[in-house]
Amino acid sequence: MKHDFSQWIRSGQPWVWLNAAAVGASLIMVVGLLGLIAVRGLGHFWPTAVHELSFTGKDGRTRRIIAEIRERETITATRLRESGVEVPAGVESVERMLLKTGNRDILGSDFRWLLARRISGDRTPATLTVLERYEWGNFYGYLKNVKQHGKVVAEGDMAWPALLSRIERVTALHTRIRRIEKHDIGAINYRLERLRLRERQLQLDGNTDPAPRREIAAERQKLKARFAGLRRQLADLNRRIQRDSLVMEIMDGRQVEIPLAKVVRAYRPNAMSLPQKLGHYFGKLWEFVSDDPREANTEGGIFPAIFGTVTMVMLMALLVTPFGVVAAVYLHEYARQGFVTRMIRIAVNNLAGVPSIVYGVFGLGFFVYFLGGVIDDLWFQAAKPSPTFKTPGLLWASLTLALMTVPVVIVATEEGLSRIPRAVREGSLALGATKWETLWKTVLPMASPAMMTGLILAIARAAGEVAPLMLVGVVKLAPSLPIDGNFPFVHLDRKFMHLGFHIYDVGFQSPNVEAARPLVYATALLLVMVIVVLNLSAIMVRNRLREKYRALEH
Amino acid sequence: MKKIPVSSCHGLAAGRRQRWRNLRDRLARHGIALGGLGVLMAIVLIFFYLAWVIYPLFVPASIERSDGYIRPMAALGPSLALAIEEQNRIGMRLTRDGSMVFFRVSDGRVVRRERLPLPKGRRIVAVAESDPATRVLAVGLDDGHVIIVRHDYRADYSARRKDANGRMLAVIRPQLVWPAGRRPLLLDERGARITQLAVQADDEGLSVVGLTADGRLVMVSAELDEGVMEEDAELTRANLKMRVPVDFMLLDKERRFLYLASRDGRLWQFDVSDREAIEPGQRLRLTGSGERLTALRFLAGDVSLMAGTSHGRVTQWFNVRDKGNRERLRRIREFRAGEGAVLYLQAEPARKGFVTVTGDGRLTMFHATAQRQVLQRRIAVRPPLRLAISPRHNGLLIEDARGMRFWRVDNEHPEVSWSSIWGKVWYEGYQKPAYVWQSSSASNDFEPKFSLTPLVFGTLKAAFYAMLFAIPLAIMGAIYTAYFMSPKMRRLVKPTIEIMEALPTVILGFLAGLWLAPAIERNLPGVFALLLLLPLAVLVFGWFWHRLPSHIRHRVPDGWQAALVIPVIAITVWAAIGVSQPLENALFDGDMRHWLKDALGLDFDQRNAMVVGFAMGFAVIPTIFSIAEDAIFSVPKSLSFGSLALGATPWQTLTRVVLLTASPGIFSAVMMGLGRAVGETMIVLMATGNTPVMDMNIFEGMRTLSANIAVEMPESEVASTHFRVLFLAAFVLFVFTFLFNTLAEIVRQRLRRKYSAL
Repeated sequence: MKHDFSQWIRSGQPWVWLNAAAVGASLIMVVGLLGLIAVRGLGHFWPTAVHELSFTGKDGRTRRIIAEIRERETITATRLRESGVEVPAGVESVERMLLKTGNRDILGSDFRWLLARRISGDRTPATLTVLERYEWGNFYGYLKNVKQHGKVVAEGDMAWPALLSRIERVTALHTRIRRIEKHDIGAINYRLERLRLRERQLQLDGNTDPAPRREIAAERQKLKARFAGLRRQLADLNRRIQRDSLVMEIMDGRQVEIPLAKVVRAYRPNAMSLPQKLGHYFGKLWEFVSDDPREANTEGGIFPAIFGTVTMVMLMALLVTPFGVVAAVYLHEYARQGFVTRMIRIAVNNLAGVPSIVYGVFGLGFFVYFLGGVIDDLWFQAAKPSPTFKTPGLLWASLTLALMTVPVVIVATEEGLSRIPRAVREGSLALGATKWETLWKTVLPMASPAMMTGLILAIARAAGEVAPLMLVGVVKLAPSLPIDGNFPFVHLDRKFMHLGFHIYDVGFQSPNVEAARPLVYATALLLVMVIVVLNLSAIMVRNRLREKYRALEH
Repeated sequence: MKKIPVSSCHGLAAGRRQRWRNLRDRLARHGIALGGLGVLMAIVLIFFYLAWVIYPLFVPASIERSDGYIRPMAALGPSLALAIEEQNRIGMRLTRDGSMVFFRVSDGRVVRRERLPLPKGRRIVAVAESDPATRVLAVGLDDGHVIIVRHDYRADYSARRKDANGRMLAVIRPQLVWPAGRRPLLLDERGARITQLAVQADDEGLSVVGLTADGRLVMVSAELDEGVMEEDAELTRANLKMRVPVDFMLLDKERRFLYLASRDGRLWQFDVSDREAIEPGQRLRLTGSGERLTALRFLAGDVSLMAGTSHGRVTQWFNVRDKGNRERLRRIREFRAGEGAVLYLQAEPARKGFVTVTGDGRLTMFHATAQRQVLQRRIAVRPPLRLAISPRHNGLLIEDARGMRFWRVDNEHPEVSWSSIWGKVWYEGYQKPAYVWQSSSASNDFEPKFSLTPLVFGTLKAAFYAMLFAIPLAIMGAIYTAYFMSPKMRRLVKPTIEIMEALPTVILGFLAGLWLAPAIERNLPGVFALLLLLPLAVLVFGWFWHRLPSHIRHRVPDGWQAALVIPVIAITVWAAIGVSQPLENALFDGDMRHWLKDALGLDFDQRNAMVVGFAMGFAVIPTIFSIAEDAIFSVPKSLSFGSLALGATPWQTLTRVVLLTASPGIFSAVMMGLGRAVGETMIVLMATGNTPVMDMNIFEGMRTLSANIAVEMPESEVASTHFRVLFLAAFVLFVFTFLFNTLAEIVRQRLRRKYSAL
């Protein structure tokens, strides 16, 4: 046995096992990370049970607490004592729970820790109600009654159905209000601003002709009249939405009245059946991808961020493809191969390794301040002193990322070109085709999957990149989308929201990180999914390509 | 197949068509060349643009004098005080008869003359200027009274004039404000003549200190309401006998310290922060033996004293806390202004620069923090001399016996020098020289600290810990994948690693900061246990597997060990976390963080270098893995077959043949990984506290060049020194990574050629 062991050691087998472990560990890390994001991100929307816990306070009295249980952990008693919690001597480890109690406006914070050993009772009553609100986060409690104009209209068991139907009415009103505020009034403001710029331009040109000014004034009058009409409508809707309210009993027994206008939805998670829970889940999921954010991005959806990311990436793809392909074709087909091309190739390869923040700095200095300044001086005099293009925006972000990803496209396309056998080119040339015809009709179509691979990889890299964007265009909350119904429809000068930056901002800059965390996981999951799908498709395209050329080579 | 009409081959149409084809071919050739070279140019542009932005940092300052002298009201004699407003258009001088003369700098035309309310028969015997930001003058009379006046400038746009660029040009209207009223203020109650004077006034208060002809220090202080004394304001007085020859008197703008100095180099410090008393403090000598003190001024911010001597030296002094926590004036640094005596010394109003004129006719501009002589020029001066620096540091007004002359100054970035960016600098308020990055603060007199050293240190620290984690995992993984793994599993592993490479760093950073950092803090002993246990567990499992009966062993084909160890690793991780708390209770008294602090003296931050090491290591592993795996895999099979045929074991073949051949490729992989780790932004931004400390401690954070750019760039003012220094940081990163990558790429290409030769 001993001999066997030393032989085993000498054979190098232990090292092989350690090397295998390195691969295993890497795989576990990748899969574990994806799993962690998936579980936390998807779990967020599931309606978790709300508990009514009774526990003994420091004064010996029994209290109740209504909360979702977010997390359980065991921690050494010493650490707890250091943070000021009393733990009896002799206890070494303690289990504690992170409870989401909601009701931030009343209790001051959403979360509290509770030691598991102090809990004396745990129930999940079916009538416990959760309200999702437009402000102040969730509200937990027992529904007491529903009021209309301050008078009780439904009580007891009748209150719940009454509440649900009234929430439907309020939601409909909300939709109308939002449409007027965002869409109609936004359009009017936009047009008023354009009128102002036109007027200013006339002034700058020294144009004293009264006709265009009269036109502007008439237009402005019309818009203002419409604006006043919309304001009246809004006032009316706002009055109607204030009609109902409800009364809830919270955990310390207090009764709290909440205007229904503040409620997004109400549900009773403990009473829900599985299909109901599923319905709730997918409803929330849909809200997440299709709605605007609320409460400093910590609630609601991330639609503007998805939209901004997609728009920016598409614009970038439009810019990067032609340039990357042309550069690769030049390098591979036209340039004389020698020292210079080798140097250029090394340089291009290296640029793929230059830190993205450097591109951001370059973009800010060159595109935003220099090019933007020139553009503003030439065409946007009227808007001064507020900058139009001399400020971070969509166009500059796309350009910066295009520059950053152009090496990826060049390298991939060149690789594709070099895989095409000489015989194909020579055949075409021998049949009398010019070089350009050979290229256009034979070589490029054959290399197109390689270009696709390059483009997909470029998109995947651009979609996940945040650091340069922080300098050249993203913001935490953009008032309007970069594409909308107002002429000229695509607003290249606008700032936009971005999934990656959203993660950074909500996770690290938000005042209530604990409450926002699940949403960040969900956003991260979305981003990871987009990028994994893009990369897998690039890998698949590449593999198919290889198979194809393997056949050609023989 | 289409039939080609033979006859048309010789036709006219065919000829035209042929020409058209050739034309198109040429057009395409030129178009593509143009486009291709354009893209490559764009890439080169990055380098040159960054260089272009940082270039002004290294351009020496220049000055240029205007034509001819101006002599506004020359008949009134030389000025007692001289100033220039921020647009360099209006100058002000105070003359011996008590006139404040405002004049145009361009041609010397007087735009306004105001007489100070001198009582009949009284003469001006002393003049003092406050901090340049407040523009207050105190004029001491021969009966112990002082007149205090502030000169303000209002920009009036009502004339609607425009300059050459179409920008609105203001008419600048000088005006006088009387912080202590128009009537002279009684400074010395005994009415003695005042020989020296110092004044400071801001929005809240005012203090004037005078030295009387009979050797008494007298001080008057009052509270102000928005810069003006109220009618019935109470005056606080203090005085002290002072029988020494005093030639210089300075009061700092906080009105805390008063400094007196004599020409023989002695300095006395007094504490006047309690307005009712003048407390004597330190005494020391500012000059060397045989040297006389010829000029004494505060540097902007009134913390540093600049002393000019008869030997042309300028020394900087400020208070430094000693071991007993007492403030002591210390000599910080020295400047050489010229050969003759320092005739005149003037500090720049809003930054730590100063200007000297020496007896040998040299005008020199310095920056104190950067310890840098910015400019030196010989000028012909004929004393008496007086000098005013424009508030925006872009002009000098120099008066001598022949008149006044305006000098246009171009001195945008004096703060930057080799020593201020890379060296240790002794900043005001610091106990000793240090490497500090602190680019901005709320205060106006802030001394910017632009040392890139802590940031470069942080960058290398983060990269070091990341590589420490990544190199073993990535290279060992690459070895196994390329050499031992079955092709089937390899087809699964490679895409997984590619996905790993593609994961956005913002997600890694977010998980590192919000999930990993607290998890590690909670299970600190477990993490260390895991690092020890994991190799052990794998080895034990390997031995155990080796001892298994062969019919079980052979059920798993060769090259699947990696899949077999996955459960082993998972169980080990689970076990390590499980023993974490018992370990912590048993060995570290229940809290390992405290134990680290008490036993090893290591501070613990939740977001520390270890977290960054794991997260950034994760990001770097795939880069190293892919390139190294490629290098090992493409070692010609004939080599390893040869070795195996000669009886070497697979492991011997690997270490003695394959790895040796592939080692340049592995080196290039590590270089690429390092390049990525150095430039990574989001992970370090999110997973560390971003404090620029210089400490290798694995439990503390750091601030890296890239994170610093991401944090500070959006708030930086365009074209300011800060902006350009951030560009310099980006340039450093660019050059860093470019060098690493080029090295790696060249090695790789040589390797590829070598393989193809084999």
